[in-house]
Amino acid sequence: MKAVVTVMLKDGVLDPQGKAIGHALHGLGFSGVGEVRAGKVIELDLAETDADRARQAAEEMARRLLANTVIESYSVRIEG
Amino acid sequence: MKAGIVLFPGINRERDMAIALTLASGSKPRMVWHKETDLSGLDLVVVPGGFSYGDYLRCGAMAAQAPVMRAVRDFAAAGGYVLGVCNGFQILTEAGLLPGALLRNAGLRFLSMDCHLRVERSDTVFAGHYQKGQVFRSPMAHGDGNYIADPATLDRLEGEGLVAFRYATPQGEVSEAANLNGSARNIAGIYSPNLRILGLMPHPEDLVDPLMGGTDGKPLFDGLAAAFAQAA
Repeated sequence: MKAVVTVMLKDGVLDPQGKAIGHALHGLGFSGVGEVRAGKVIELDLAETDADRARQAAEEMARRLLANTVIESYSVRIEG
Repeated sequence: MKAGIVLFPGINRERDMAIALTLASGSKPRMVWHKETDLSGLDLVVVPGGFSYGDYLRCGAMAAQAPVMRAVRDFAAAGGYVLGVCNGFQILTEAGLLPGALLRNAGLRFLSMDCHLRVERSDTVFAGHYQKGQVFRSPMAHGDGNYIADPATLDRLEGEGLVAFRYATPQGEVSEAANLNGSARNIAGIYSPNLRILGLMPHPEDLVDPLMGGTDGKPLFDGLAAAFAQAA
């Protein structure tokens, strides 16, 4: 199974990269852009064939390594 | 003083740290490779600066999982003294030995320049040769030094006197202008509750000899050397 882990800075944590991207987009003329947040996407190929267990494993990986839960939140999507 | 310096691939400030420790104590520190797990006989373990594992994933995230860090956790749990500088501070937070995290500098730029630090307390082995309230100059060089923790943790750090150093003006004013990387409450370094673990972003080890342009950082190492000379 494939697990896709998305890691984002938590709401309220200053995201200077997102801000810089937003400024650059405004500079390009995309005036309708509001807040921009930047994060990471981590794709995992898992040997596990059960979707629930794959999700559990990926969430454990996110908690222990992929995200720093002091500053980041994560979400896991399982693809077949 | 028997000090050990932990080495990860990508660490590049270990020799600066060795110079400062040797100058202060007269004895050369032991270099401890990241795969080693034996820290016996050491008074102090130092996690130096650099770019361990290329800062992959997050600064310090990979190093925090290395075998030697399990040994450093055990060493700290047994009351051992640990100093983390720059990437070392980031590694200690990622390893859970100090609270909070280091974010990208608020201005997004890598900052390689001098800063000034106000000493928040001097009754520790690390700051014993400074005076409380003293300001000293220190080089800094980091892209991710913006200290953050949740408000409850920040309140606890301040309430329990665990803030070691704050970014200040040369006159000692803790102001926004002096807070070069945007750290919460101008925090540049923090202690563990037992005051035996210190993490800080700036590099006092790079200002310990007149040939380096000053000796503002030397009291930190002199204090350590004196504390462990007495203990021995």
